[in-house]
Amino acid sequence: MFEIRLHGRGGQGVVTAAEMLSVAAFDEGKHAQAFPSFGSERMGAPVASYCRISDREIRLREPIMDPDALIIQDPTLLHSVDVFAGLKPDGYLLINSTRGLDDLGLAGLAARLPAHHAICVDASGIAQRHIGRPLPNAALLGAFAGLARVITLASVLKAIRARFAGKVGEANAAAAQDAFDILTTT
Amino acid sequence: MLKQIEGSQGIAEAVALCRPQVVCAYPITPQTHIVEGVGVMVKTGALTNCEFINVESEFAAMSVAIGASAAGARAYTATASQGLLFMAEAVYNAAGLGLPIVMTVGNRAIGAPINIWNDHSDSMALKDAGWIQLYAETNQEAADLHILAFRIAEELSCPVMVCVDGFILTHAFERIDVPTQEQVDMFLPPFDPVQMLDVDNPYSIGAMVGPEAFTEVRYLGHQKQVDALEVIPRLTAEFQQVFGRAAGGLVRPYRVEGAETVIVALGSVNGTIKDVVDAERDAGNSIGCVTIGAFRPFPLMELGDLLAGAKRVICVEKSLAPGLGGMVASNVRMAMRGTATPVYTVIAGLGGRPITRASLTTVFRAAAIGGLDDVTFLDLNRDAIAGQIARASRHRHSGPIAENLLKALNPGLVRRVSQEGAKP
Repeated sequence: MFEIRLHGRGGQGVVTAAEMLSVAAFDEGKHAQAFPSFGSERMGAPVASYCRISDREIRLREPIMDPDALIIQDPTLLHSVDVFAGLKPDGYLLINSTRGLDDLGLAGLAARLPAHHAICVDASGIAQRHIGRPLPNAALLGAFAGLARVITLASVLKAIRARFAGKVGEANAAAAQDAFDILTTT
Repeated sequence: MLKQIEGSQGIAEAVALCRPQVVCAYPITPQTHIVEGVGVMVKTGALTNCEFINVESEFAAMSVAIGASAAGARAYTATASQGLLFMAEAVYNAAGLGLPIVMTVGNRAIGAPINIWNDHSDSMALKDAGWIQLYAETNQEAADLHILAFRIAEELSCPVMVCVDGFILTHAFERIDVPTQEQVDMFLPPFDPVQMLDVDNPYSIGAMVGPEAFTEVRYLGHQKQVDALEVIPRLTAEFQQVFGRAAGGLVRPYRVEGAETVIVALGSVNGTIKDVVDAERDAGNSIGCVTIGAFRPFPLMELGDLLAGAKRVICVEKSLAPGLGGMVASNVRMAMRGTATPVYTVIAGLGGRPITRASLTTVFRAAAIGGLDDVTFLDLNRDAIAGQIARASRHRHSGPIAENLLKALNPGLVRRVSQEGAKP
């Protein structure tokens, strides 16, 4: 079982991101379970969502406390919520930020993970270029496909297009492709 | 067709496949996505011959369902929490009149304090309203139970409540095998009401009944529930034949053979419990679990048989009967009358508190060495309790309990709010 915890702020689509991840995994024949955190869902408030991916039926209903991967949509959360709680020693860390890990004060944390497991991507900037709005979801999912290799980019793109029709879907898919390319060529 | 969809959407699609003729609802979290889903299908024409009625309250929702059902229409609604309590009078009426309405309850806590998250306080509050109560363990089952519910309801002319854990199931994306219309049509024939308001053949439904017959009406309502103990397993077996998978049933045992400790629970927490059972079995501990699929009628005999070999029974319950403990355990003790087997209550998951494998494992192991109280509150914050008790004993005017606890648990949050509040 591979467990992903996503942190964002209400309105950034952290729940939608987890749902699209689960759809991408389902498309690859896996079992997947996505669900929201059981906290207050106010615009701007810290929120979390979860996605489990497994080859077998998923029965577990507890929140993800020891994630294999963390996706942080909003770097300002680093100082208000214990977003790193329980991250496995061989886990992955993906942060939406224009700054680097050193700059964010995360060099020590990144050093404890395997090489190339922690990375910052300017998902909001990529989204701004492709979608015209700083909605980092699609770009983060594209980057995640390149980072952890749990799901393929093709499945992510399909899940994005299934969720958002027409031009919006294409723009989001382009953002995901761009983030994947940036991550896999650097 | 296998789909990766939200639980609420799966329920909505299953309900639509049952060809309801009247759907009435008032939105309340976490039920809203279900009726929105049905509403979209009516609007787009995917669900035909169905009237979707927006009503002004839950009381109106159940009243419209009663009127529709009495007029011979297949009627459906959904609610949760305070919404269920607000329609309580009409919920009793639907059962008293013997109208086969199907209602989803997206299980949620009841205020005060206000809380939108999951527990079973709502459906437990109305467990004795005369409705059959089915509890879903997974989103596949949540969808399937609605198809079963219409069939059970119409065969017995008794309303059925399908209880689905709010957020944990209603808002979870999982794979759901949505059946075909042909399958559902094969399993669920058109509604053939045993009573119907008809201008060409007028009679009244809901006459006043005095002491001369009220007990008999109630007895017959009870008898329907007793009959359901036979009907539910039969239709569950038929469901499996048509759809190729199990769903529903009165009770479902898991690894209870020779188990010294047996856990009993309703709803989605059984998934987590099964994972704990597997881990504990691997660790050499003798444990199993039983899912109660139908809480009303209560499967006394079936549970009694399954629990006969246990040395101890632990009921993990998502509702509290204040002043008593646990309603599930009280009912389970009835199933085990005549035995000396201890039946423990573990109150868990109130107001959406996560029920974790770690915490469950701790209490299950404590029970195995005789270290569990009759009633245990899982993960209870004893420091917070002690602080409030001390505060209340120091001051007569100690203030509201809920706010005091929030202040004690979130000092930073309250300080920020009070500072902002102090600004001119």
